[in-house]
Amino acid sequence: MIKVALKGLAGRKLRAALTAVAIVLGVAMISGTYVLTDTIQSAFGAVFTTVYKHTDAIVTGNSAIGRNNNSPTLPPSFSESLLGKVQKLPGVEEAQGGIADYAYLVGRDGKVISGHGAPPLAFSVHPHGDQRFNPLELTSGTWPAGPHQVDIDAHTASKDNYKVGETIGVVARGAEQTYTIVGIVQIGGVSSLGGATMTIFDFPTAQKVFHKQGRLDSISIAAKPGTTPAELVHEIKPLLPAIAQVQTGQAKAQQATKDTGGFLSIIRDFLLAFAGVALFVGTFVIANTLSITIAQRTRELATLRTLGATRRQVLGSVLVEAFAIGALASVAGLFLGLGLAKLLNKLFVSLGIDLPQAGTVFATRTIVVSLLLGTFVTVIAAMRPAIRATRVPPIAAVREGAVLPESRFARFSAVTALLTIGGAIALMLLGLFVGNLSTTNRLLAIGVGAAAVFVGVAMLAKTLVPPLASVLGWPGRRYGGAAGNLARANAMRNPQRTASTASALMIGLALVTLVSVLAAGLKARFEGAVNAVFRADYALTATDNFSPIPVAPANALSKVGGVTIVSGVRGGEGRAFGSRINLTGVPGDISKVIFVDWAEGSQAIPSKLGWNGAFVSKDYATAQHLAVGSPLDVETPTGGRLHLLLRGIFAPPKGGSPYGDVTISARRFDAAFQNPQNIYAFVDMHGGVTAANTARLTAALKSFPEAKIATESQFKHNQEQGIDTLLNLLYVLLSLSVVISLFGIVNTLVLTVFERTRELGMLRAVGMTRPQVRRMIFGESIVTALIGASLALPVGIVLAFMVGRAIKYAAFTLPWGQLVAFVFAAVIVGLLAAILPARRAARLNVLEALQYE
Amino acid sequence: MALREQPDVSAPAGIAVEARDITRRYGEGQTAVDALRGVELEVTSGELVAVMGPSGSGKSTLMHILAGLDKPTSGTVSIAGTEITTLSDSKLTRLRRDHIGFVFQFFNLLPMLDAEENVVLPLTISGEKPDRAWLDSLLQQMGLGDRRRHRPSELSGGQQQRVAIARALVTRPTILFADEPTGNLDSKTGGEILDLLRASTDAYGQTTVMVTHEARAAAIADRILFLADGLIVKELRSATPADVLAVMSGLQ
Ligand SMILES: Nc1ncnc2c1ncn2[C@@H]1O[C@H](COP(=O)(O)OP(=O)(O)OP(=O)(O)O)[C@@H](O)[C@H]1O
Ligand SMILES: [Mg+2]
Repeated sequence: MIKVALKGLAGRKLRAALTAVAIVLGVAMISGTYVLTDTIQSAFGAVFTTVYKHTDAIVTGNSAIGRNNNSPTLPPSFSESLLGKVQKLPGVEEAQGGIADYAYLVGRDGKVISGHGAPPLAFSVHPHGDQRFNPLELTSGTWPAGPHQVDIDAHTASKDNYKVGETIGVVARGAEQTYTIVGIVQIGGVSSLGGATMTIFDFPTAQKVFHKQGRLDSISIAAKPGTTPAELVHEIKPLLPAIAQVQTGQAKAQQATKDTGGFLSIIRDFLLAFAGVALFVGTFVIANTLSITIAQRTRELATLRTLGATRRQVLGSVLVEAFAIGALASVAGLFLGLGLAKLLNKLFVSLGIDLPQAGTVFATRTIVVSLLLGTFVTVIAAMRPAIRATRVPPIAAVREGAVLPESRFARFSAVTALLTIGGAIALMLLGLFVGNLSTTNRLLAIGVGAAAVFVGVAMLAKTLVPPLASVLGWPGRRYGGAAGNLARANAMRNPQRTASTASALMIGLALVTLVSVLAAGLKARFEGAVNAVFRADYALTATDNFSPIPVAPANALSKVGGVTIVSGVRGGEGRAFGSRINLTGVPGDISKVIFVDWAEGSQAIPSKLGWNGAFVSKDYATAQHLAVGSPLDVETPTGGRLHLLLRGIFAPPKGGSPYGDVTISARRFDAAFQNPQNIYAFVDMHGGVTAANTARLTAALKSFPEAKIATESQFKHNQEQGIDTLLNLLYVLLSLSVVISLFGIVNTLVLTVFERTRELGMLRAVGMTRPQVRRMIFGESIVTALIGASLALPVGIVLAFMVGRAIKYAAFTLPWGQLVAFVFAAVIVGLLAAILPARRAARLNVLEALQYE
Repeated sequence: MALREQPDVSAPAGIAVEARDITRRYGEGQTAVDALRGVELEVTSGELVAVMGPSGSGKSTLMHILAGLDKPTSGTVSIAGTEITTLSDSKLTRLRRDHIGFVFQFFNLLPMLDAEENVVLPLTISGEKPDRAWLDSLLQQMGLGDRRRHRPSELSGGQQQRVAIARALVTRPTILFADEPTGNLDSKTGGEILDLLRASTDAYGQTTVMVTHEARAAAIADRILFLADGLIVKELRSATPADVLAVMSGLQ
C-alpha cells in the first residue's frame, strides 16, 4: 500500500513539487539561519582561541555595576602600579600591560570609516617587547612605534585601499589627528571582527591619546614553567583592586566566545521566528494543495475502497505521501539553506552588520531540526485533507463528477471561526496586558494568539469569499469582457479553495501591515516627543546617529562666534536599588534647549542640582516610591557611590524621554566617570537656524568627523532612520512568507487548470482565444490575491492597534501610502503567480483537452 | 493464493447473493426518485446472471446495493450468507476484500500503475503476496500475458477492461459484479469480454452478476433478469438473443 502511495506520488510529480515548494523555502530559512549563526560562532571561537593562545592569565577592568554584553560601554581602567606588583609574583614569567579603547579611522573624504555597526576597536602593542601576548599578526609592514604611527586592520586597508606609508586620520578623545600607517594587521586569522575597524598604537601613544597615562585596560601574563594558569590566577587575585578581575586565558577566550554567542543567539532566534512564520504559511499552502489533489483523486480513492482498502489505509496512503513530500522537501530545504545562509549574510552586511565567516558549519542539530520540523509540519498540514479523504465512499468510484463530502462541521464553520478569532484575541490581550507574566509565556500567548487569529480568519474567509470576489472582481467584469467575467465566477466557484489560497497570502501581508502601522505609530510618537522637547536651534549627535560622542566636539562648538548655549546630555550606566539604570548628567542651562513637563519642581531644577541633587522620571519615581527629598544612592562602574537627594520629578512625553532614569549635574557626572560622553548636545545661536550659522558650526566640527549637527527636522529624520532600517529588514524577512503564499496561488491555479482541462477545451472550441484564456487565469489570480489583501489589511491593523496599545510608545496612525502600496504588491503577487498556470491553460490542445479524463 | 480458502459455495442452499424486498429512494419530498421499489433476488453459486432493462430502470442502483457500495432504503442483502446492509464500514470493507469483485464501465484503473500492478492491487491492499502460478494463468486467460508492464494509457479499451476483470478475479471472489463492462467498448471487443466472463465463471467457479445492454448476453448467461421501473418484471433461462430483444422492446 505504501508502494502504491509512493507510485501515485511519482505519477504526479508536478503536483508533488508544487506542494513541496512551501516546505523547501521554510526549511531553507531554518537551516540557513543555523548555518549562518553556527558559522559565525565558530569563526569567533577560533579567533578568540588564537588571540589568547599564549596568555595564561589576563587581568581586565571590571565594572562595579556588573557586565552587560549588549552595551558597548568599556569596563573601567585600573592603575598601572598593579603591573609592577604582578611582575614580582613568583609564578609570573612575563606580564605586559595593554590599552583597549575605541578610536575612529577617518577616510580620505574626511568622513569616519564605517565599522558597520561594530565598535571601532583600538589596541596597544609593544613594538620592541615580547610579542607572545600580541593578539594581532602583521600582514605587511611593521608594528607602530612612536607618537605618529599606527597600524590598521587588513579589512579596512583592502576595502578603502590603504597601503603602508600612507597617512590616515584618527579620532580618539579629542580632535582628529593624522598618523602614518606603518603596518597592516589581522586578528586571530581574520581580517576583521565583524567589520569593526582596528587602530593600533604603540603602548605609550595609546595611553596618551586615550587619556590613560598611568592606567591600564589589561595585563597579559605568562606563567613560569611549573605554574598552572589556575595557580597563577590564584596568586594574582589578592592584588586586585575592586575594578579589576583576573581570568585564565582559556576562560577569557570562552567568555568572549560566549558573549558573542549571546548576541548571535538573539539574531538566531529573530531569524527563526521568521522561519516559523514561513513554515506556518507553508502549512496553509500544503493543506490547501493536498485538499485540491485529494478532491481531484476522489474517484481513485473510491476505487481503492471498492477493492477492499480500509479507511485507515486511505488515511495512511495520504499521510505516507505527505511524509514522503515533507521528507524530500526538507532535504532540499536543508541544502538550499546553505545558499540562503550566504544570502542572509549579505542582507545583514547591507544593513551594516558584517560578521566574520570561516568554514561553513553544518551541524548535526541543523540537519535533525530541519528534517524533523519540515516533515512534521507537512504531515500535520496533511492531517485534515487525509481525514477528509477517508470519508470518500466507495460508491464515488462509479459516480460521474463525484465530489469530496463536506466536513461534518462545515455548517458551523462561520460560528467556529468567530469563536476561534474571539479566543485568539483574548489570548493575545492576555499576553499583551496581563502584568505578571514571564517573557516566555508572554511571547507564547501573543504568538499562539496571533497564529490562532490567522487560523480563525482563514476559517471565516470561506464565508467572505463570495461577496469579496463579487466586489473585487467587478472591475474585471466591467472591463475584462467574457474573460473578466469568468475569472470572477471562477474565483467564487469553490469558496473554500479560494479562501485557503488567499489566507496564506493574508498572513504575510497582515504581518507586513502590522509592522508598518506600528512603525508609523512609533515615528508619530517620537516626532511628537521631539516637537515637545526640542527648543534648541541645533542638535549635535554622532555621525552614525546613535553612538555616544566625546565632549570635545561640544567644547569646540562653544568657541564658535554667535553661539549662546551648548548644552550636552551626558549618558552612562549606573546601579540603583539593585538594578542597572541609565544615568544622565545635565548642565544647568539645559532647560533653555530641552523642555520637559515637571510633575514635581520646575524648569529651574536642572540649574539647581548642585553636587548631590538629582531628578528622575515619573515612572521611575513611581516604581521606586520616590518623592522630592528622598535620598537616592547610585553606584558607578568604577565602584563609586553617589549619595544623591531627589530634587524634582519630570514627566517625559509619550514618545520617549530625553533623559535617563536618574539625572545628575554634568559636573558631578564628569567627576564620577572615567571617560564622560554626551548622548547628544544642543546648541543655540544668535539668529537661530541660518545657512551661515550652519556653515560655521560645520566648519568647527571639521576635525571631529565622528560628530555632526542637525536642525530639529534633520534630527527627527536621522533618529527615525533606525526605525526605517529595522522596518526594511522586517519587510525583507516577511517577504519570504509572501513568496511562499505566491507559490500557494500558483499551486491552486495549476491544479485548477488540470481540473478544468475539459472545460477549457470546450471554451476554446466555442471560440475563446488564447489571450482570453490567459486573461481569465490572470483575473482569477488577481482576485484571489486581492481577497488576501482585503483580509490582511484589517487583520494587520487590528493586531497593530492591540500591540501598539501594549507598548505605549506607539501612537495609532495609518500609513495610508504604504497600505495602498501593499494592495499593489498583492496585485503583483497575483500577476506573478498566474504566469505559469496561464501559459499552461493557453497552450492546451483543444482536441486533447476535450477528451481529457 | 494457495492458502486462501475456496469461496464457501456451500452457503445456505448454495445461495451466493440474496436480496429481500429492497427499495432505494434518491432525494426527498417532491423530487424523490424511487430507483428500486421492492426487488427480490437470489443468485445461486456458480451462476452467471445478466440484468437488463431500459435506461433509468435501476440496474446500476441494484448492482451497487448488491455489491455493498451503497445501502438500500429498506430491505436486506446477503452475500455469502452474511447480511450486509447493517455491517459497519470496516466489516463491509473486509467482506468486499474477501468475497466481492467489481468491474466498472469506465475501468477505473490507476494510471500510475502498470497492468500487473493494477491486477494485484487488491492483494497489495490486503497485504498479501500474489500466488505466481495463479496470477500467470489469470493473465494468460485474460490474454494479457504480453501486456504486464504497460500502463493503462498504453492499453486499448478492451485490454483495459481485461485488466479490470483480472483485478476483480485475482482475489478469487465469491461473486463478481459487472456494471455494463462492455458499455464503453466496440461490439467486437464487447463480445470478447462477454466470452471472457463466461469462461472465467466456468473456470474459477465464481458467481457472476452483470448488467448489460447487449442481446448477445443471452448466449452466455444462465439467467436473464429484466428490470423496469425499479422492479424485476421478467426472468428468462437459456434464452436466445431474439427472445431478449422481444422482451426488451416490450419494456420500452
Ligand atoms: N445519485 C442519484 N441521485 C438521484 N437520483 C439518482 C441517482 N442515481 C440514480 N438516480 C436515479 O435513479 C434511477 C435509476 O438509476 P440507475 O442509474 O440505477 O439506472 P440504470 O438502470 O443503471 O440506467 P442506465 O442503463 O442508463 O445506466 C434513475 O431515474 C436515476 O435518475
Ligand atoms: Mg447504469
